[in-house]
Amino acid sequence: MGLTADDVARLAALARIQLTEQDCAELAPELDVILESVASVSEVARPDVPLATHAIPMSNVFRADVVTASLTQTQALSGAPEEEDGRFRVPQILSED
Amino acid sequence: MSILTRSAADLGRAMAAGELTSEQVTLACLDQIAALNPVLNAFLSVDGDAALVQARAIDAHRAAGEELGPLAGIPIGVKDNFCTTDFPTTCGSRMLDGWVPPYDSTVVARLREAGLVIVGKTNMDEFAMGSSTETSFFGPTRNPWDTDRIPGGSGGGSAAAVAAFMVPLAVGSDTGGSIRQPGSVTGTVGVKPTYGGVSRYGLVAMASSLDQPGPVARSTEDAALLQQVIGGYDRHDSASINQPVPDLVEASRATDLAGVRVGIVSEFKGEGYEPGVLDRFEEAVEVLRGAGAEIVEVSCPSFTYALPAYYLIQPAELSSNLARFDGMRYGLRAGDDGTKSAEQVMNLTREEGFGREAKRRIIIGTYALSAGYYDAYYGSAQKVRSLIQQDFDKAFEQVDVLVSPTTPTVAFRLGERTADPMSMYLADLCTIPSNMAGNAAASFPAGLSEGLPVGLQVMAPPMEDARLYRVGGVLERTLEERWGGPLLATTERLDGTKAVTA
Amino acid sequence: MSETVDYDELLTRYEPALGLEVHVELNTSSKMFCGCVNEFGGEPNTHVCPVCLGLPGSLPVINGKAVESAIRIGLALNCSIAPWCRMARKNYFYPDMTKNFQTSQYDEPIAFDGWVDLEVDGQTYRVEVERAHMEEDAGKATHVGGSGRIQGADYSLIDYNRAGVPLIEIVTKPIRGTGAKAPEVARAYVAHLRELMKALGVSDVKMEQGSLRCDANISLAPLGSETLGTRTETKNVNSLRSVERAIRFEMTRQAAVLDGGGKIKQETRHFHESDGTTSAGRSKEEAEDYRYFAEPDLMPIAPGRAWVEELRATLPEPPAERRARLQSEWGFTDIDFAAVVNSGALALVEETVAAGASPAAARKWWVTELARRANEEGVDLDELAITPSQVAAVQALIDAGTVNDKLARQVIDGVLAGEGEPAEVVESRGLVVVSDEGALGAAVDEVIAANPDVADKIRAGKVQAAGALIGQVMKAMRGQADAGKVRELILAKLT
Repeated sequence: MGLTADDVARLAALARIQLTEQDCAELAPELDVILESVASVSEVARPDVPLATHAIPMSNVFRADVVTASLTQTQALSGAPEEEDGRFRVPQILSED
Repeated sequence: MSILTRSAADLGRAMAAGELTSEQVTLACLDQIAALNPVLNAFLSVDGDAALVQARAIDAHRAAGEELGPLAGIPIGVKDNFCTTDFPTTCGSRMLDGWVPPYDSTVVARLREAGLVIVGKTNMDEFAMGSSTETSFFGPTRNPWDTDRIPGGSGGGSAAAVAAFMVPLAVGSDTGGSIRQPGSVTGTVGVKPTYGGVSRYGLVAMASSLDQPGPVARSTEDAALLQQVIGGYDRHDSASINQPVPDLVEASRATDLAGVRVGIVSEFKGEGYEPGVLDRFEEAVEVLRGAGAEIVEVSCPSFTYALPAYYLIQPAELSSNLARFDGMRYGLRAGDDGTKSAEQVMNLTREEGFGREAKRRIIIGTYALSAGYYDAYYGSAQKVRSLIQQDFDKAFEQVDVLVSPTTPTVAFRLGERTADPMSMYLADLCTIPSNMAGNAAASFPAGLSEGLPVGLQVMAPPMEDARLYRVGGVLERTLEERWGGPLLATTERLDGTKAVTA
Repeated sequence: MSETVDYDELLTRYEPALGLEVHVELNTSSKMFCGCVNEFGGEPNTHVCPVCLGLPGSLPVINGKAVESAIRIGLALNCSIAPWCRMARKNYFYPDMTKNFQTSQYDEPIAFDGWVDLEVDGQTYRVEVERAHMEEDAGKATHVGGSGRIQGADYSLIDYNRAGVPLIEIVTKPIRGTGAKAPEVARAYVAHLRELMKALGVSDVKMEQGSLRCDANISLAPLGSETLGTRTETKNVNSLRSVERAIRFEMTRQAAVLDGGGKIKQETRHFHESDGTTSAGRSKEEAEDYRYFAEPDLMPIAPGRAWVEELRATLPEPPAERRARLQSEWGFTDIDFAAVVNSGALALVEETVAAGASPAAARKWWVTELARRANEEGVDLDELAITPSQVAAVQALIDAGTVNDKLARQVIDGVLAGEGEPAEVVESRGLVVVSDEGALGAAVDEVIAANPDVADKIRAGKVQAAGALIGQVMKAMRGQADAGKVRELILAKLT
């Protein structure tokens, strides 16, 4: 396997977690142990085995297109670290998505 | 018998008969919490005044002659990952320290409707990631049987609160064993209903396809009463099963197991299992045989791969579920000094807000889902999930229920496994398959090993939760006759834990 | 960027390839995964609930109507409908996304492998549709400080009312072989989708409100080359006119870069309405890792045959058949009809005819007078502040002799300026061809003569009976007479 500190840094960036180089270096071997011990799944995952996601297979679970009550603006913003003019205030967004 | 040690069913009957009031029961529980919580740290928040207001309201309804449910007026603890509008919902994380949701989870709404009195929120591993309640940002919960030991996890707070007679009932959530394994190591009953049996709406998700809320209690009948309150169809959860909840209370009162075929899972014994755990397991199986059950051994070879597959699926799903904690809309926001970008603030918030285990799992999950690794990890794990379901299907063609030890060991010591994630993960070895397959499973007290509780796990096919209660009820009555009372009554005899007895 | 390349000349050396991604906001009553109202605007953060705010613990439930609309759109685009598909999570962090993943579809779109035929300048182009899939919209960020744009802003404010609005994303396969007509084909495609969505009744398709949005992928390859060139993705193309302009600009820009020996950077570009140019946005050289996986909180969608056929039966007339029918109904020549189609006025003319105007008059107004005004204002025809029924009303004023053609243009000016309905504009601007008292008197005499018994009643003192006569005079005067004056005249003659 061999997960490197660089790999951890790349994954942490994808997962938006600020990690120092030292954090990455410490985490790499820890994660490597876990990954090694889970690698055995590929031994039994033959191509003919179907994928399963849920216990009770269900499909077409839909709701009717009916309007229900929303939160009030006060409730919606109740947890906001910062708000302004009824909106969530967030730091400057650097790039467009 | 003191109020505290009576079962919820019994207290409900006494209240209905006018012998007790909810206020008296609630006060007794609040006193016990006040006395023991400083030691056990089972509750993260308690609101005694509000609880008493609720209790008196129930008493007034009853006095007015209203027909109330069997659990009306019973105090209950709620794991801190269920949204509540009147308590913070922290999930044991710094990320949500102090966050009060603007809505109630379905489970909590149903508790309120049934007249249960929510006294507080119970401690848990951070975002339910752990088997010892040691990853809580608010400090570990301790096991009432031995305060140097863990109460299991992630729902250690709920299990400890019930085991220490702080409340007769609690609710938990089980993703890989978080209700059952704490039940096993605290001598309580913990049930993971069939996936879809109890609504997840308002339960802060760890791994969506595995999470399932369920009851924590001191008796099988109490657990059944509670599951009947919280269970059943909810249109807010797409996975909710639209079928009536079977009569679980009736099942819990069964007197024998005539005609019940019980399968012992061959894979769950041997190396890694403490001898005392295996002894209690075998004795429990003999009790079932004595009650009329037919015992056979069943092999489920893919169960060996359940743990590794679980440690891919669960981190993968949680890495996505926990992405929303970014400091923008609620919860912690770190490093926002006016010079940093939203992206930088998200990075800092997630660094400060999540503990080490959370970060580990988020990164593992990110890896498992990332381009180039998806098939080898997440895809393969989903296939293992199929194989586990097939093993269960085959087994349930031969037997009505499967049994195993709930967890390979008794409660371990605080700190013993925190440095080694893999050893911690092994605590869920026997409980994980039922989350992967979504079937019903429960842990029932099976006795003590070296003075610490051991649990018997019973697994039933999806939607056959009643079988758990039937087997659990018969086991409980037989063993309690032998012990001369409930297992928890013996805590008084344990050295050093007198402080935590009723 | 200096535009040194001549458009026609570049086509002697390069072959453009287009890829169009159109997002259509569905007009369901409620959002995609929750019961919040699906409505444009509103006080910020008042159309939100735990689900669309992505609060911890909340769970989505699919709006069945949105699935139905998706299937109907798929069928109308001649797509196959997946017998079984799932929603997927597209994981990336952005403050306008409440969960930091978008619930979308990945490798299992609900509709795939479709096509549409477009006619541009007498030639038919087939655009192949790769897929149409369901997803949810995000919230809206307003940037505060600096220039009010994203760069240099001090901070941003977010309104999540739009978060969770159902979207259908329609993606074409690479469109090749259009040559110089690439911008027109793209425009015709978007116009076609808009017409189709309108006919299906699944979306408001208001480009200016963002309920239909287009991203255009454009690349150039040397003429005759088999492989596609490096593409750019131009976003924020919010009108039919912009689609055409943006593609034309990008083709010219890319040709200039390639001619100068440069390489096209794979990047997102933003279109600017003001000057018709594009500017570089985020570089896409390093592929995003969205870590897609099947949404575990939602169950699979399995549209049964019967359901799909039931929905197929609700489809409006296919566009080609509709066009053929309308042309024959209206008796237009090919040239006249093509003018209607190419100016994006088909539905407008149809509605104007339905409101009472003759086909020729409806065509004349939309294709000449109103098209000129739309062009002057730099908007699409249907963004003009006049409705088909108002155009029909203007024509009715002409037909009734109330106004002449010249006055009618002034009535149009008034309607466009927001002065009200055509009749109100005629009145307020005094545009009515006012008849003199003599003309009114003659009409009154006629009505009195035709109704001797009513006249007798009035003569006998029943003044309220005059109402019946006034109505008839008004009718005779086509509503252009002053009712008070008519009453005066009647009473003067009979009492």
